[in-house]
Amino acid sequence: MGIQSHVSKDGKELTISIHGRFDFSAHQDFRNSYESVEAQPSLFKVDMNETTYLDSSALGMLLLLRDHAGGNSSHIEIVNCSPDVKKILTISNFEQLFSIQ
Amino acid sequence: MSESSSLKVLIADDTDTDRMILESIVKREGHQVVSVCNGVEAVNAYEQERPDIVLMDALMPILDGFGAARQIKALAGEELVPIIFLTSLNDTESLVKCLDAGGDDFLSKPYNRVILQAKIKAFSRMREMNITMQEQRDQIALHNSQLLKEQAVAKHVFDNIAHTGCLGASNVNYLLSPLAVFNGDIIVAAMRPSGNMLVLLGDFTGHGLPAAIGAMPLASIFYGMVQKGFSMIDILREINQKLKQILPIGVFCCATIVDMDFSGRQIKVWNGGLPDCYIYRKDSGQVDAVSSTHLPLGVLDDKEFRDDYQTFPMNHGDRFYMWSDGIIESRGPEGGMYGEDRLKAVFEGNQLPAEVFDEVLKDVQAYIGTDERDDDISMIELEMVPADSLEAQEQEFTKHNSTAGLIEWSLDLELKPSTCKIFDPLPLLLNILVEVPGLRRYSGELYTIMAELYSNTLEHGLLQLDSAWKSTAEGFTRYYTEREERLSKLQDGGISFQLSHQTSANGGRLIIVVQDTGQGFSRDENVDLDTQMFEHSGRGIPLVKSLCETLRYSNNGSRVEAVFSWQQ
Repeated sequence: MGIQSHVSKDGKELTISIHGRFDFSAHQDFRNSYESVEAQPSLFKVDMNETTYLDSSALGMLLLLRDHAGGNSSHIEIVNCSPDVKKILTISNFEQLFSIQ
Repeated sequence: MSESSSLKVLIADDTDTDRMILESIVKREGHQVVSVCNGVEAVNAYEQERPDIVLMDALMPILDGFGAARQIKALAGEELVPIIFLTSLNDTESLVKCLDAGGDDFLSKPYNRVILQAKIKAFSRMREMNITMQEQRDQIALHNSQLLKEQAVAKHVFDNIAHTGCLGASNVNYLLSPLAVFNGDIIVAAMRPSGNMLVLLGDFTGHGLPAAIGAMPLASIFYGMVQKGFSMIDILREINQKLKQILPIGVFCCATIVDMDFSGRQIKVWNGGLPDCYIYRKDSGQVDAVSSTHLPLGVLDDKEFRDDYQTFPMNHGDRFYMWSDGIIESRGPEGGMYGEDRLKAVFEGNQLPAEVFDEVLKDVQAYIGTDERDDDISMIELEMVPADSLEAQEQEFTKHNSTAGLIEWSLDLELKPSTCKIFDPLPLLLNILVEVPGLRRYSGELYTIMAELYSNTLEHGLLQLDSAWKSTAEGFTRYYTEREERLSKLQDGGISFQLSHQTSANGGRLIIVVQDTGQGFSRDENVDLDTQMFEHSGRGIPLVKSLCETLRYSNNGSRVEAVFSWQQ
């Protein structure tokens, strides 16, 4: 379980990778991963390649990120979702708010 | 108490020289000393002086150190009083005996000053730690009991707002843990004035009070609006808007709302974020899944909120199931999830539809393992039954008995196309009608009359839809698709209501006229309009006719007048 983030060289893109279960215990780490970045990136990528499970509080955290990134004008991509993870995002119809790949 | 602070040390030793050596070592460290010569004195001194640490000789007259240690430990109770045995015995058995008697450590004679000092320090630290731990434990226990008290109060308030509504009706079966509100789950259900049943299952993000907070406005809006006759969509929009407004970002409510129309034998479903709901067909055994097509409640602003719902015909005996993710995500002993496939298999293996609800629960329970009771499971079953088989649900407003209000009056209301598209006039009109003293208890009948006349006028008059389509499943969908499309294209025309009321000796007469600007539906001048309307509109109009004193169509069917008489 862990969250890693890195900013691209030009500072425009922030990638947040989530390992293991994405649930309430990841709350503080997830927030830190984008709040600690000095300049606001124009694109946020959430990499779910190593994510095994997410619960509804994880969905809430994604909404918090969306709000932080500018709400309706935000640009967030959720990438490398496993079928299970994708299903949870789909049930909640999060593709209406995020670009999910 | 810090490490360097002065301790009170009880020394029990029957050898004067040994005792004096000990006293001097301990005093030099700045501690206070209480000295005794045997076990009985040691116990008495402990009771009176409550020392922090005891240095106890093992072999003493009257009562030896082992006996004294047992008594002191018993007197100390939860408090940690370190007892260090002083002994010239060196064999394993004796040393074990020291510890068995409740001793915490031992020190062999002759005394090594440095080791003794170090042991006193170490046990002093341990004692402090123990005190801190007990304080914290007591504090946690206190907080916990306070939390439980607060939850009980919150639950009491919540139960008053979110009473069980009509969940006791004979066609409803549900499971909700008593403290579900603190798991974020909520079920509310109520009969609409039209006789439709409206049920909402919600699952808030998170646990505890944050999850419960949103349930209160949700329930209060739901029950308030249902009884006033607002449509499912109006209620949904209001709840969404309220939750969006009051909940922090990241807290929302996955929900499914169902409107069961018993006389029309159909249901409307809006699913935002809950797992697939099932419609279980009695005759074919087929299961139709109703998937979530919306974001949960409390995420989007009102202007972005999408309120399109799905409509399904249902025969008598067909059943509708919805659940929160608790069932599907129930964890088995190996950590796997129960999953949808197992759920589906229960339905496939079912013989008697009436038993499938219990079969699902049994299967989930068996998967979790028998010892553990999972309180996170919320589930509800709704059966389509004949409208008259449902026991009359007591409506709260029937008790209301006011004598002041509207008596003799009339009202004209004209709806232009732009309004017809977005506004449901029925709650507004019904609110006015129930202001008439005496009419309030007929609100169910009045709602049915107004709703049927309005939807007939809108659908057959203004939009020129043919209800014959509704007799087949494809036609059913086509009817509602067309309705939406024609409504959105509506440019001209309108619908007008004229209501007037007069009182009589022991009651009154309400005259309702509904007119549209369409060309009517009459195609054959030789058959009277009422008969044609019967054939044209299906079930609704005969029902209205049975409730009214008279019902008359004129102007080719574009004008209808209903007279409703009531008695005190």
